[in-house]
Amino acid sequence: MKNYQTIILSNQEIAPGYWRMRILAPGFAAVAHPGQFVMLRPEQPLPTMLRRPFGIFRTGCLPPECSGLPPREYMELLYKVVGQGTRIMSELHAGDRVELLGPLGRGFAVGDNACAKLLVGGGIGLVPLFMLAEALIAAGHRVRLLMGGRTRDDILAVTEFERLGVETYVSTDDGSLGEEGLVTNVLERKLDEAPCAEVFACGPMPMLAAVERICSARNVPLQVSLEAHMACGVGACLGCVVKGAGHSDQRPNYLCTCKEGPVFAAGQLDWGRAAASGEGCAEGGCRQ
Amino acid sequence: MNAKRPNLSVDVAGIRLRNPVMPASGTFGYGEEYAPFVDLNRLGAIVTKGLSLNPKAGNPMPRIAETTSGMLNAIGLQNVGIDAFVAKKCPYYREVATPVFANFFGNTLEEYGEVARRLCDVPEVTALELNISCPNVKQGGIVFGTDPKAAAEVVSLVRKANAKPLIVKLSPNVTDITVIARAVEEAGADAISCINTLTGMAVDIRSRRPKIANRTGGLSGPAIRPVAVRMVHQVVQAVKVPVIGIGGIMTAADALEFLIVGARAVQVGTANFIDPAAMLAIIDGIEAFLAEEGLDDINQLIGSLQV
Repeated sequence: MKNYQTIILSNQEIAPGYWRMRILAPGFAAVAHPGQFVMLRPEQPLPTMLRRPFGIFRTGCLPPECSGLPPREYMELLYKVVGQGTRIMSELHAGDRVELLGPLGRGFAVGDNACAKLLVGGGIGLVPLFMLAEALIAAGHRVRLLMGGRTRDDILAVTEFERLGVETYVSTDDGSLGEEGLVTNVLERKLDEAPCAEVFACGPMPMLAAVERICSARNVPLQVSLEAHMACGVGACLGCVVKGAGHSDQRPNYLCTCKEGPVFAAGQLDWGRAAASGEGCAEGGCRQ
Repeated sequence: MNAKRPNLSVDVAGIRLRNPVMPASGTFGYGEEYAPFVDLNRLGAIVTKGLSLNPKAGNPMPRIAETTSGMLNAIGLQNVGIDAFVAKKCPYYREVATPVFANFFGNTLEEYGEVARRLCDVPEVTALELNISCPNVKQGGIVFGTDPKAAAEVVSLVRKANAKPLIVKLSPNVTDITVIARAVEEAGADAISCINTLTGMAVDIRSRRPKIANRTGGLSGPAIRPVAVRMVHQVVQAVKVPVIGIGGIMTAADALEFLIVGARAVQVGTANFIDPAAMLAIIDGIEAFLAEEGLDDINQLIGSLQV
């Protein structure tokens, strides 16, 4: 983990309200694990702005410099404009300076079992799943991505997953792309077909809660990636806690989303309470 | 050009600090969390998260919200409890040659006394920072911080329970902070730190809900700095003990304002979230400023306000 003072290489709107930012980050790829995140802020004196947490979408290297020296290693964010902070980010350009703290947090645990790997993404929640897909494919697994959104505009980067060799299944609430309906319907069908499966999910809290109910009913192992408002990103401010399994006022079990997460095994969390209080992804978007 | 570097060390409550810059409680965890970004041996002191007799769960989520040039928080003093602090967090401090100020609070007078007693035989803790000013919990903190009599009572109790240097952290949410400042000085405080956060509130206009679950929270960040500088100025006039200035310090220039009005040291809070290495830049900036001004000792600057 490192505090990069670096520059934006590109920042483009890829779908209405969704942006993709490429940031120069030498040495980042070697230490970043699937499911980790960064804390980012534009390097500007005013208005003072807290860093915002963003899932790492992918890392890469810019040709042709990669063949010679020095390499231009980058990391990429996919983000949805949901508030003032992300709006300011969307107005930045190539060459603008940003401060990037990361990689942070605990990412996905990639076991070596032979079960089917089902990745479930809701909207911008697909972000942390890309590097996971890369790692699973590299380890020789068959990977399926079940991608849901409200409309076709919320379905992002599916072709990039396909290029990795991931089988993708798209569903939208309004049927404007792929199957009409919820991504959880697709998940239930895929679980019916697979004798043995492992699920990795990121998306809005209602989606995660539904995925958790489906997986726990079938005893399917599940890891989820959560989001929360954060100030520090390193476990100091305690602003991003989530209720862990068995939490009560008498025996508190708060977990830091930034430090103990953002990826949790489903069994670590208190699902009843977390779902009821609507914690997790705001406005249907993960990683604002 | 081999000019002597200016002296940055200051004395606070009988403790020699290598420089006047330290974190504000609650913004730096227990210190170890920031070790990857900050050489803790460069800080004037380490100030811990607020500690209580028993572990404390804290407030429901959401606990933080950004506001214009500031942030609201209502963490609710979540902490591991005094015994876990001593057993699990203190051993790390043996590797760090920086004084540790243990910030603590109680739900009752008795709890304040008991936490102070349990910190007596903890060699890793150099001094106590008594929190009578947290705005986000009903008991503990603000109840004692807004009434001069109650404040004096808790300070004299802690004073008797533990002989370590005692810093008392004051709330700005009072009519006249100098009344409380004089009361805690008389009751035996060795130093005063101020200000804690200002009580504030923010509303999400779409959901029409408060932006933090506790409804109100403590406002910190540069938005409160002029208020903090004014209050530190007033407290410095009112008491003889050293004052540690706190409130929205982001840069060396901000810290210098507090020092010039008479703060002997400063605490940096919200800035740690925005830049984990903010305190190091502030220390370097203070040193550069002294050199620019031709001053060879920071103590020449402290309290040098021209009016």
